[in-house]
Amino acid sequence: MRQVAIYGKGGIGKSTTTQNTVSALAEMGKKVTIVGCDPKADSTRLILHSKAQTTVMDLARERGSVEDLELHEVLVEGYAGIRCAESGGPEPGVGCAGRGVITAINFLEENGAYTADTDYVFYDVLGDVVCGGFAMPIRENKAQEIYIVTSGEMMAMYAANNIAKGILKYATTGSVRLGGLICNSRKVDKEYELIEELAKRLNTRMIHFLPRDNEVQRAELRKMTVIEYNPQHPQADEYRTLAQKIDQNTNMTIPTPMNMDELEELLMAYGIMEE
Amino acid sequence: MSNYELTKQAVEEVLSLYPDKARKNREKHITVKDEECSSCALKSNVKSVPGVMTSRGCAYAGSKGVVWGPVKDMIHLSHGPVGCGYYSWGTRRNLAQGTAGVDNFVPFQFTSDFQENDIVYGGDKKLERILREITQLFPTAKGISIQSECPVGLIGDDIDSVARRLSKELDLPIIPVRCEGFRGISQSLGHHIANDSIRDHVLGKVQREEIGPYDISLIGDYNIGGDAWASKMLLQEIGLKVQNIWTGDSTLEMLQTGNQVKLNLIHCYRSMNYIVRHMEETYGVPWMEVNFFGPAKIKESLIKIAERFDQTIQDQVQKVLDKYEPLMNKVMETYRPRLEGKKVMLYVGGLRPRHVIGAYEDLGMEVIGTGYEFAHGDDYERTFDQVDTGTVIYDDLTAVELEKLVERLHPDLVGAGIKEKYVMEKMGLPFRQMHSWDYSGPYHGYEGFPIFARDMDMAINSPTWKLVQNPWHR
Repeated sequence: MRQVAIYGKGGIGKSTTTQNTVSALAEMGKKVTIVGCDPKADSTRLILHSKAQTTVMDLARERGSVEDLELHEVLVEGYAGIRCAESGGPEPGVGCAGRGVITAINFLEENGAYTADTDYVFYDVLGDVVCGGFAMPIRENKAQEIYIVTSGEMMAMYAANNIAKGILKYATTGSVRLGGLICNSRKVDKEYELIEELAKRLNTRMIHFLPRDNEVQRAELRKMTVIEYNPQHPQADEYRTLAQKIDQNTNMTIPTPMNMDELEELLMAYGIMEE
Repeated sequence: MSNYELTKQAVEEVLSLYPDKARKNREKHITVKDEECSSCALKSNVKSVPGVMTSRGCAYAGSKGVVWGPVKDMIHLSHGPVGCGYYSWGTRRNLAQGTAGVDNFVPFQFTSDFQENDIVYGGDKKLERILREITQLFPTAKGISIQSECPVGLIGDDIDSVARRLSKELDLPIIPVRCEGFRGISQSLGHHIANDSIRDHVLGKVQREEIGPYDISLIGDYNIGGDAWASKMLLQEIGLKVQNIWTGDSTLEMLQTGNQVKLNLIHCYRSMNYIVRHMEETYGVPWMEVNFFGPAKIKESLIKIAERFDQTIQDQVQKVLDKYEPLMNKVMETYRPRLEGKKVMLYVGGLRPRHVIGAYEDLGMEVIGTGYEFAHGDDYERTFDQVDTGTVIYDDLTAVELEKLVERLHPDLVGAGIKEKYVMEKMGLPFRQMHSWDYSGPYHGYEGFPIFARDMDMAINSPTWKLVQNPWHR
């Protein structure tokens, strides 16, 4: 079983990319579980065709504690046998969402959510690495490989670099490694070259460049992945390619994050930032 | 070698046990008083060295345990997981009169008992529910203080707005206290935070009809083993009217009207100097420090107090001295032969390391070492002139330092807290708890001194010690 975590700047398309890629893996016959690590609980919407399944923490709150939950209540099967769970958590501005992620993942593990026939567990993690709770999937015995979704936009790259710092911290004490960058194109000038260079600097590689295509949005409006909504569309093939690349990926590295000056230098060299 | 040199050598040996970096830090916290008092300075109120065993507490301990806890007609809610409240329950011996559950809540422990869900989703709603529940279960409680434990600060709960809203809804003073344990470096910040919360939410909120010429407040007496009662009796006997005690056996009203007196007498300067300074600046109430341990210091204090008042009080003070001094002389005559020349080492909290020195001296005993867990510079300034040359003064003393100093300096009695007690007793050393008075007290005033003398005698001259060998006699 491979445990994979997807990180990246908020709004970059982590959940969309994860669900499409996971659908492609399922098409290949892989048994996959998605764990959404975000209080918004929108990591499984395209697989289950519905907004926000019952989350681990919300149900625990209703019942009193996680001990009162049964696995089947929070782990449900969707498109192509993909199993879905959402950690859930508080409204913005109250409580500790990070602690919610920790509790939820521990619950899933302890209650046997990761069955022997599981090929992949994908953790879809909220925004940046903001505190210990959100680093949970990359700590020991959780995800061993991380993919960072980014684009050629400055803040997305900045976030990617920050996430690399988080991975570095745990890579030295555990087995977590960076598997690569996924460029979710925003049609920035020289974006392909830029992210290739960023990957090189971070001691990894750009595992795939996903072109921008409105078919993704059209599928999303129908609460579906492109793979399901329009399997013949070229964008579906892009996700299939990414899925294959991840499936065959053996290039796991310890990242070498940059400092702010180096990052700005890179942006200047590729003409994103003016001197 | 002189006492000074011997002690200096002992300190040197203790410090040599540390690695360089720790030694460099700790040597600034220990000094031996020399002839000219040129060594009378040390570092205090800074972070403890990681890895040492310190006896310090936390901000929550300073607020809930020390300042707020003894206010008896209020409910003090330990807000957070159950441990902080449970393990500090009833450990301080701050006595209070009244009917439990009606006008006295000191024997109780109230906790919001945080669970995982309260952390994840925030505890504000639960807090609201608890506040309402308290008013239903204990309708006679005069107010509620919310004592924040660490997690409340970590997850950023807004207890201030809950307190504001519910205070209005329930028509009851509800005081939020942000005394999360991780704040500051010892319980000292907790005292300050608690003082500030009294200033902001309580002080001056109720007006008394008139202020009499002899109205005073006794500040910083927490009624350990009945101390405040003994102090109050003494002050009443010299003709003063003790309107408020902060906070031993006290009520919310005493805090609300604390500013409406002629003079504030402060016993524990460390934990309440903030609020007496505030009352002086804002309400013009003067304050003075007093010491009610042992007849010598009591006399000194009573004369100082009398100077602030008219002839009536001055005459009364003389009468009281005439009445009690012969009685105290008898006590001293009884115990001096048994205690004369005995050496004491102290390690306590905010006032006793200097305040009890006089009482030991009244018994012919000598304090050869003293120090504080969480004092500031002004406390040490007040300490140096209370001790003799050759006395070692230590700040935030570590477990190993105490053990090694005791081995070298051979005191006949150690006075410290529960963390030190059993280590010392296993070393074969007489020990008294100087935070809680063990199971005894009061030690304040003329009522307290005979008890103090008896307890020290009981500890030192107990035949038990003949059956135990201490390490340096082995």
